[in-house]
Amino acid sequence: MDIIYTIWLRNMKRYVRSKSRIIGSVSMPLFFLLFLGFGLNSVVQIPGMDENYVVFLIPGMIAMSVLFTSVFSGIQIIWDKQFGFLKETLVAPVSRLEIMLGQTAGGATTAFIQGVIILVISVFIGLNSQSITGFLIAFGFMALIGIAFTAFGIAIASRMDDMTGFQLIMNFVVFPIFGLSGALFPISSLPPFLIPLTLIDPLTYGVEGIRYGLTGSSQINPVVSLAVLGGFTVAMTIAGAYLFRTIKS
Amino acid sequence: MTVAIHVNHLTRKFNDLVAVNDISFEIEQGEIFGLLGPNGAGKTTTLAMLSTMLKPTSGSATVNGMDIEHNEDGVRKSIGIVFQDQSLDEELTAWENMDFHGRLYRIPGDIRNQRITELLALVELGDRKDDIVKTFSGGMRRRLEIARGLLHRPAVLFLDEPTLGLDPQTRNHLWQYIATLNKEHGITIILTTHYMEEADRLCNRIAIIDHGKIIALDTPANLKDGIGGDVVTIKSSDPSAIVAALREPWVSRIEQHNGQVTISLQNAEQHVSTIVTLLNRDGIAIESISIHKPTLEDVFLSFTGKTIREEEADGKANMRMYHKMMRR
Ligand SMILES: Nc1ncnc2c1ncn2[C@@H]1O[C@H](COP(=O)(O)OP(=O)(O)OP(=O)(O)O)[C@@H](O)[C@H]1O
Ligand SMILES: [Mg+2]
Repeated sequence: MDIIYTIWLRNMKRYVRSKSRIIGSVSMPLFFLLFLGFGLNSVVQIPGMDENYVVFLIPGMIAMSVLFTSVFSGIQIIWDKQFGFLKETLVAPVSRLEIMLGQTAGGATTAFIQGVIILVISVFIGLNSQSITGFLIAFGFMALIGIAFTAFGIAIASRMDDMTGFQLIMNFVVFPIFGLSGALFPISSLPPFLIPLTLIDPLTYGVEGIRYGLTGSSQINPVVSLAVLGGFTVAMTIAGAYLFRTIKS
Repeated sequence: MTVAIHVNHLTRKFNDLVAVNDISFEIEQGEIFGLLGPNGAGKTTTLAMLSTMLKPTSGSATVNGMDIEHNEDGVRKSIGIVFQDQSLDEELTAWENMDFHGRLYRIPGDIRNQRITELLALVELGDRKDDIVKTFSGGMRRRLEIARGLLHRPAVLFLDEPTLGLDPQTRNHLWQYIATLNKEHGITIILTTHYMEEADRLCNRIAIIDHGKIIALDTPANLKDGIGGDVVTIKSSDPSAIVAALREPWVSRIEQHNGQVTISLQNAEQHVSTIVTLLNRDGIAIESISIHKPTLEDVFLSFTGKTIREEEADGKANMRMYHKMMRR
């Protein structure tokens, strides 16, 4: 536990000091919310929902913020490799599992905080949930997305030597995961051939879960969302831990 | 005397390349032991195996009595290591880097804080403790890394090229630290270097390593004595003629390379005029002639037929240096 805390602590220190990164990763979801949300507000009518498009978009933007921050945090291990710091951790008498879990905890916390920042901003632009339970549900799903995708980033980083593959992963894995997740549009209004893709996208269940928490309605039963996302998180953590075990400095 | 490190036919291959080739040696507790060799000789690979970061292809070794393959955790607890390439977190302060290390090695809070204060004072970084490492010079970073390597009181300290790229003054300073650590705290130290002077000044014993093999192992004094007296170096346009002209009984060794002849002999001062006379008689022009006490450079030359610098001009070594620089 001490070791996990130690590695988490280092991540937090670095996070708090990287002001530009914090602002940078808040700005994209915020940009989407303001321009896409308000721009399409009068045009788009979400079926079966009284709320306007901005409110529909908020859970998606929170999920996006958590997704990007967590993948990025996981992949940061590559920088530790390149700057040599990873050696310092690997040569210590601690297990690889502890290091990996500490890194996951750190990345997930960072991602969670980024999501909360978007959530707080959302309250000012139209989110009017009063339910504490609802917020807690949303927090739970945000945490799961954070853990799952930090572990995913660590798994990727354990197999990459430098950042050259990073853009590839972003374009062909992370963006599709985001695009297909129902963050931007309701699942039911998709053409039928796209629906299966959406349903195998783990982030869909995260977005739907957060949406259920914040707006009280979702197209997927929140218990199903919890089960699928929870299972995915466990699987990713195991995969990340397994691949990290053989990482080379 | 107890054995601190025991290395037994240790070998490491990378595909076809044998980076470390069947080396065996023992290091006693309290020794400063040097691995001296050119780029690509296999020094870092050897340390990587001894510090459990790399598995040997064959052979075995123990550190502080523990097997490097079967008791990784025990070895890791006994050692401190300063890697060849920097391994600090540049975004953290000096104190935070130390604190991270102390926590990883599970040192209780009060002891940890006290030791960090002591060690930062030792390496003269006490007044910079709350500065971000990014703002540190190369010498300061190196000192911080050494302090960090000592935080958990290791029985054995590994230093991989501790003074590489530092200016002479900082280097001198670090040599003093290392010698003090060894003397006052009884820490066994194994260091790698390709600076002859460093090996000569610091080490009780030196293993000269080249192409993965140990080619000589002894105290610096014995290694230099093995040369056979003093060294006379003559530069000339016709080195082979010099070798032919000086077939005298008082010459214990004569070699030529690179337009230069190196002669080992006892009491060089008495013979140097004879040498000049002999060469004049045969009409061989001398560009320059010098006498010096043997250095480790001469030892390296006598064992490999090359100076360490020529060895480093080797194509492979260059490629690797280039590679390393690109990675930064
Ligand atoms: N991970 C690796 N993969 C392939 N070859 C390697 C690897 N690490 C080292 N080598 C090779 O093994 C040989 C020994 O390398 P090593 O780093 O041990 O040398 P060194 O004596 O430390 O040199 P230097 O003075 O440059 O640090 C070199 O030829 C190097 O190219
Ligand atoms: Mg090296």
